[in-house]
Amino acid sequence: MAVTAQAPGGPQNIDLREPPSWRRTKNRLMTVLMVLAFVITIVPLGFVLVTVIAKGASVISWQFLTSGIPPNVLPANVGGMGPAIVGTLEITALATVISVPLGVLGAIYINEYGGKGILARIVRFMSDVMTGVPSIIMGLFIFTLWTLHFQYSGLGGALALACLMLPIIIRSSEEMLKLVPDALREGSYALGASKARVTVTVVLPAAIGGIVSGALLAVARAAGETAPLLFTIGIVTSVNSNVFSGATTSLPNQIFQNATQPYTGAQARGWGAALTLVVIAFIFMITARLVTARFAKYSS
Amino acid sequence: MSVETRADSAIPAESAHPLKHSRPLGDRLFAALALAAGLLVLVILVLIAVSTSQQASSWFSAEGLKIFSDNWNPGANDYGVLAFIYGTAITAVIAVVIAVPVSIGIALLLTEVVPRRRSAPIVYVVDLLAVVPSVVWGLWGILVFAPWAQHIYNSIASGVNGIWVLGFLFGGQNISGASFFTAGLILAFMITPIVTSLSREVIATTPSIDKQGAYALGATRWEMIRGVVWPHSQGGVVGAILLGVGRAMGETIAAALVIGSSPTITSHLFAPGYDMPAGIANLFGESSGIFRASLMGMGVLLFVITIVINVLARGVVERSARRSRGA
Repeated sequence: MAVTAQAPGGPQNIDLREPPSWRRTKNRLMTVLMVLAFVITIVPLGFVLVTVIAKGASVISWQFLTSGIPPNVLPANVGGMGPAIVGTLEITALATVISVPLGVLGAIYINEYGGKGILARIVRFMSDVMTGVPSIIMGLFIFTLWTLHFQYSGLGGALALACLMLPIIIRSSEEMLKLVPDALREGSYALGASKARVTVTVVLPAAIGGIVSGALLAVARAAGETAPLLFTIGIVTSVNSNVFSGATTSLPNQIFQNATQPYTGAQARGWGAALTLVVIAFIFMITARLVTARFAKYSS
Repeated sequence: MSVETRADSAIPAESAHPLKHSRPLGDRLFAALALAAGLLVLVILVLIAVSTSQQASSWFSAEGLKIFSDNWNPGANDYGVLAFIYGTAITAVIAVVIAVPVSIGIALLLTEVVPRRRSAPIVYVVDLLAVVPSVVWGLWGILVFAPWAQHIYNSIASGVNGIWVLGFLFGGQNISGASFFTAGLILAFMITPIVTSLSREVIATTPSIDKQGAYALGATRWEMIRGVVWPHSQGGVVGAILLGVGRAMGETIAAALVIGSSPTITSHLFAPGYDMPAGIANLFGESSGIFRASLMGMGVLLFVITIVINVLARGVVERSARRSRGA
């Protein structure tokens, strides 16, 4: 960059020669290594996506998306993953309904009410820490607190996913609230609005694009989670449309189960489920990007 | 809502100091609600610690210090989890050794080499790694990668057997496609996005005046990175690496599928092993009594370890962020 740009007609007494060749070579070598690092990440990603699409697409049909889950020994063209798709959508939706309001409120506390106070700093720090708590711990936690007393249900799974999403939503929403200029708040205060009213009618609408986009990314992550659901939702082979009671199932759990099956039919259904799950997660991610591009008023 | 509308116009007429009036009810309710939501994070963390420890207490009391032995045999009521702890540590180390140079490379590529407006596709691809669900990595790992890796592992092992360090790490007889190394490698793919994005955030805070200074002295780009960017970002990058370690340790389902499910302590990375989250995921369903308590106990250990690592990492990141803001 700046090094190679030799200013033409510069002062004659300044040495403007290129750096010695070994320094340039080293510089080039390191740049190549950086590009190589990127290539290294593309390779596994490409392999996974190509395999999932190739093996999954041959299984997926309307029947696959809607029929019940057959016994593992049956071939790939029998049955489908309907109950798991219904379960995943229901559980993720319920988890979103639980965690998004709480997460946004938590962010409002940290950014609007807590300020620089010690408690707000602790809450923010512990939210960061909580994003690092392994998802399987959330599963064990809800198993202990909920499933042991109320049996398997979609609600239990949703609670575990909500625990996982909560800190992610708090942190992403807080970042967005931070970007809202103080002038907006001051203007509303000057008009005599109370703090709650300023927050709800001025600050939140200003940050809503970023908040929705952050929430969608959290949903994309939660939809693909298996571990929190392992001990909380059970497993079934026909649709359980009641998310509040009775065992149900989900795409990740079915993939996990089918991955260890020796039967080719079960494995093929696993790939079909994997493609469905990846598509669902990508839809959420892409929607999040679109929302950011379209609605975010303030960006960092 | 109606509460708020009433509250808005509420400056008490009888107040002697109009500017010191007490805050209206709706306002206070909303503040309390927000506070409760904020405190929920702390409450959940405490509840996790308390409830899982309680479930695990029969394991702690029945086994005492034997919980840290390497003797795991549920059939004979031996529940020592050292092999699981070892597997967790070794797979996390493999993951970090692979992921960190790659992540820092991409972070530098994004911040120092590629112009800002061209960096979006690269960020997009790296983020895609994070959107692929753990279980899909696992499915690919066990059905596609492991059978293929088996051949490569075998030829590497036969090549290095007997050679000093290499034979120690990559040799051995018990070679399997599902092994410590496969698990570590897949964990590396999975932690690359977070390590990359955090390192990138830290590296991007390097003051451009320092960078221009280095260029003005005739430094090449790499010399500028070594002399300016690296000293500035060191602390934050260490924090990002620690977070990567925490993630790798807790990643469950991919590891559960590809680690080989055999609680052994061996230096041979191509041998099948086990780690704590995988053990919990695979064994919990069929367990009861002290067996189940021991798995809960592994959960408690994992929780404590990841909390400690995350607190350290966030502390390091925040400290370096504060320092760079102050500078």
